[in-house]
Amino acid sequence: MPRYITNRFMLVFLLAISLFAQSGLAQQSENPLSITVGSKNFNENYLLAEVLSQLFEHAGYTVDRNFGMSGTLIIYEALRTGEVDVYVEYTGTVAQVILNNNDNPSLEDLNAELLSQGVEMMSSIGFNNTYALTLKRDYANELGISTISELAVQPDIDMGFSIEFLNRSDGWPGLVENYGFTQQPVGMDHGLAYQAIDDGSIDVTDAYSTDGDLDRYGLLILEDNLNFFPRYFGVPLIRSELSVQARTIINSLTGRIDETRMRELNGRVLLDGKSFNEVAVEFLAEEGLVARVDNANASSTGMSVMWSNLWRNTAVHLQLTFIALSLGCAVGLPLGFAIYRSSRLSRAMLYIAGLMQTIPSIALLALFIPLFGIGQTPAIIALFLYSLLPILRSTITALLTIDPVLKRVAEALGMTRVQQLRHVLVPLALPNVLAGVKTAAIISIGTATLAAFIGAGGLGEPIVTGLALNDTSLILQGAIPAACLAILAELLFELLERVLVKPHMLVGQLPT
Amino acid sequence: MTSSCIEYEEITKSYGAKTILHGLTFSIAANLTTAIVGESGSGKSTLLQMANGLVVPEKGQVSVFSSIINSGSVTAQRLKIGYSVQGAGLFPHLSVFQNITLMATLQKWSDADIQNRYQQLMQLLELDEDLRDRYPFSLSGGQQQRVSLCRAMMLKPPLLLLDEPFSALDPVTRDIIHAEFLKLQQAETRSMVLVTHDMFEATKLAQQIIVLCDGRIEQQGSVAEIENNPASDYVQALFRAGGQGNA
Repeated sequence: MPRYITNRFMLVFLLAISLFAQSGLAQQSENPLSITVGSKNFNENYLLAEVLSQLFEHAGYTVDRNFGMSGTLIIYEALRTGEVDVYVEYTGTVAQVILNNNDNPSLEDLNAELLSQGVEMMSSIGFNNTYALTLKRDYANELGISTISELAVQPDIDMGFSIEFLNRSDGWPGLVENYGFTQQPVGMDHGLAYQAIDDGSIDVTDAYSTDGDLDRYGLLILEDNLNFFPRYFGVPLIRSELSVQARTIINSLTGRIDETRMRELNGRVLLDGKSFNEVAVEFLAEEGLVARVDNANASSTGMSVMWSNLWRNTAVHLQLTFIALSLGCAVGLPLGFAIYRSSRLSRAMLYIAGLMQTIPSIALLALFIPLFGIGQTPAIIALFLYSLLPILRSTITALLTIDPVLKRVAEALGMTRVQQLRHVLVPLALPNVLAGVKTAAIISIGTATLAAFIGAGGLGEPIVTGLALNDTSLILQGAIPAACLAILAELLFELLERVLVKPHMLVGQLPT
Repeated sequence: MTSSCIEYEEITKSYGAKTILHGLTFSIAANLTTAIVGESGSGKSTLLQMANGLVVPEKGQVSVFSSIINSGSVTAQRLKIGYSVQGAGLFPHLSVFQNITLMATLQKWSDADIQNRYQQLMQLLELDEDLRDRYPFSLSGGQQQRVSLCRAMMLKPPLLLLDEPFSALDPVTRDIIHAEFLKLQQAETRSMVLVTHDMFEATKLAQQIIVLCDGRIEQQGSVAEIENNPASDYVQALFRAGGQGNA
């Protein structure tokens, strides 16, 4: 569905890079009974991924859940390179975003193209999660309309659409062309549109046909009687080498969920506040796909799940940060010492490191997928690059600002290079260098939350999920511990300073 | 004159477009204190720093005790050349004891030798035993300068280079240290080169004086020769300026 990046240029770019990286880095699951299920970072996709995961687990598979990836390009690359074995995609997205094919291709055409990339599209799960126009059921009855054609001829109707819908060719401009709308809509945030419709400031807005919010606000979807909106059927995308057994498991979902059912399941998460896990368990039991009894262990209480998630996420977060920071020190410190004497080299290195800093984290992570896949490796490399600038800059500055008289005296006393380094330069640079490493640590702890977008886990996981679900408490479950970690890092470095540096070297001025 | 401690041959040095030493050739006598006197920018510090290889001449060569100063061996040669600068240049992260004994420790002296030499120097410069574990920032300017002298002499170098070591001190402290410096000359015979802009300090502390003006030697001789027979108005002016005292 059109909720994610559709920048085709990016796709071309990523694919071009991946030609160089090629599949040498791709890895296959060695164990035939282990599988990696992926998901994008919005409600419905999480839920379907969880349903698939539980189906596999009941069939005896070990399931690696790689949920919450941000955007089609990232998750599709992950599938192509074997980081993910299966995820749920939408036919319209496959055509337009992945294959860049706007000619309304048939499913056979799509599958043929996908096969050449080692990917296969399974049969539809049933629902068509497409754009829709919606208005209050009561108001529709009042006007006596049920189709978009009927809406188009209503003179006094206020419409508010999401900005993206207003600008997409398969959104408002296409509607105007096909249905002959003459009204002037306003642009607004999608999340606010439902409230606006509820309090009567607008009458009609755009929606997704499986949106769980539709039932909450008593909204009716108008029939697309001219079949204008592209079809976005939910289909599992798999790696073509997946076993027959795995395909059978995935196919057990074929045709099982229509729009109403999907909307209702989405609503259980969004409106009833249930977890994906709970709703998936309920669904599989209701469908008779799995006996509910089996799931006693899966439905443990919310609190204990929260705490165990918290510990796991914190541990992963610390691991990511620690490895990246260690690498940053291992490279940044010696590099700083090696080049600080040459102002040209220093400037060049600081420039490069600064350039790294200006690349938005998400873009950098996306660029790394063809090279390093998804998960912790690209996350660590990105964090390492981000930590390099503060470490390098503080090291170079620390060394350059040492009183030149002291450097001259150290040399004149007859110290060798190593002795000058060990007894004069390092101890004098230490306070500033420590401050730089501290900054790098805090930046890393913050940036590591973004690593969840490419399936690296950590405290970003609840944040990403919470953002997708607009669930503040979930966001806080990531944000609060991340903030605590940052404070903890600050305190830890203060302690380290106290142990390593004499107090007068921190506050006092150097005597001259 | 007897043997020399430093020999300068055809020394030329410029910074950017400005030539500050013009092909100087001269030598400095061993076992005496020689003062190089001149205004700021006359090139006196540059000459001094060529003796321990901190500054490399563009042309010409410098020999200390008959061996040429060159990049290959200069680190070892420096162990025989003490160095003390204006403002003392003490390492702020090291205590008084560590500052003074660092080089001896690096040269793997025995603990007993280090302790003995340290005590000897502290007594010579009348430094209080309580200062041992203090850090430079908590010392007075005079104390810092004395510690710096101790550090310069720790390895018993036969040559001591002093780059305006007393010019940042107040007049009273400077007088006291001058007296200690003279005592030090008595206690340990060595060659010393003192760079200063103060002619009175030069006549008080040195036996030989070299007057430098715009990168050339204006006059060289014993204290008596310079005092009684100033070669030019410039030399006379240095006496007058010194008489007004400067801090």
